[in-house]
Amino acid sequence: MRPSVKQIWQWLDDVPDPEIPVISLVDLGIIRGVEWRGDTLEVAVTPTYSGCPATSIINLDIETALRGHGIDKLEIKRQLSPPWTTDWLSDTGREKLQKYGIAPPTAAGGPAACPNCGSANLNKVSQFGSTPCKAAWRCNDCLEPFDYFKCI
Amino acid sequence: MAQDQALFEYLLRLGDNTLVLGHRVSEWCGHSPVLEEDIALANTALDLIGQTQLWLGLAGEVEGKGRDADTLAMLRDIWDFRNLLLVELPNGDFGQTLMRQFLFDAWQSINLGRLMNSTDPRIAEIAAKASKEAAYHVERSGDTVVGLGDGTDESHARMQKALDYLWPYVGEMFLSDDVDATLVKAGIAPDPASLRDDYDALIGRVMDSATLTIPDSRFTHKGGKTGKTHTEHLGHVLTSMQWLQRAYPGASW
Repeated sequence: MRPSVKQIWQWLDDVPDPEIPVISLVDLGIIRGVEWRGDTLEVAVTPTYSGCPATSIINLDIETALRGHGIDKLEIKRQLSPPWTTDWLSDTGREKLQKYGIAPPTAAGGPAACPNCGSANLNKVSQFGSTPCKAAWRCNDCLEPFDYFKCI
Repeated sequence: MAQDQALFEYLLRLGDNTLVLGHRVSEWCGHSPVLEEDIALANTALDLIGQTQLWLGLAGEVEGKGRDADTLAMLRDIWDFRNLLLVELPNGDFGQTLMRQFLFDAWQSINLGRLMNSTDPRIAEIAAKASKEAAYHVERSGDTVVGLGDGTDESHARMQKALDYLWPYVGEMFLSDDVDATLVKAGIAPDPASLRDDYDALIGRVMDSATLTIPDSRFTHKGGKTGKTHTEHLGHVLTSMQWLQRAYPGASW
């Protein structure tokens, strides 16, 4: 018997993002669809940034996880449209980022508070950071540098 | 001109712009003035190479001869490249690199905005994806041009020199030929000339804040997007970019 779509979403929610392993691929909002077509499972995945080097690892991780649960016929489709937005980050994903020390994205375009001490007295070091999805910021109170998840 | 042939040419132009500029920008990796700028440039290059994969991937599909993005990028020679001359010019100093980036980003963000309304849904969806990245790039390159232009006497002089050097390569972005005419007619791409007003307005605002003077001339070098006359610099780019695939055809890991 083939597993339910709901079950598969749960399995995918156990697959960590390779670069920010504290959140899952589902938290990140890049799984856009899970669907059975006959006996073949189709998973639609959207890239975060078009050049993100983690994309191929992500597909490999999805494949490994689902095969581990006994799914043999699997197709991973790239879905470009609509383009990924940080609005699709789940609320639990945002909380996990914050606890991990990465400030979650805000519509204002900058972090709301230092993830280490909570201060709002912050300054931007660079619009880019350690991965395409992050920018580098620093707290003026505790003086710690931290990553901010860019809002796009 | 047949529409598929025009579309293939046009996609090469889009993909070669981001490929060649992405490679140029990546040359800074490990050499930037400060670590944060090094990371920023490497990230910009990565976005551009990612966009290249999408544009050249679609170009290969449209061509229908089994060439994928890698084949188009690594196994074409200089006369088959369709990028603007601007993006193949040498990096120069950090200021010149950022000035070139801004002059390109400004055009790219406007062009992608128009391509989002393309009648070809494959182009519209790539444009929608890439335009988010381009918006981020133009914000940063614009801010940096202002910071350095309206900075010290030394940085101001260097940025003015960079603008004077690069300006004669800007006009090529707005030239049209049969490829453009065919796609404009089909609603697939905008008329390049129609982007000029928005471009001038954006560049004008930024150069004003940067206290830099835009040269009073519309003379333009051309021949990049048509492939007719590239500069000698592109040959050097390809020599370093393609050597591995040339020396070891089909190499993979």
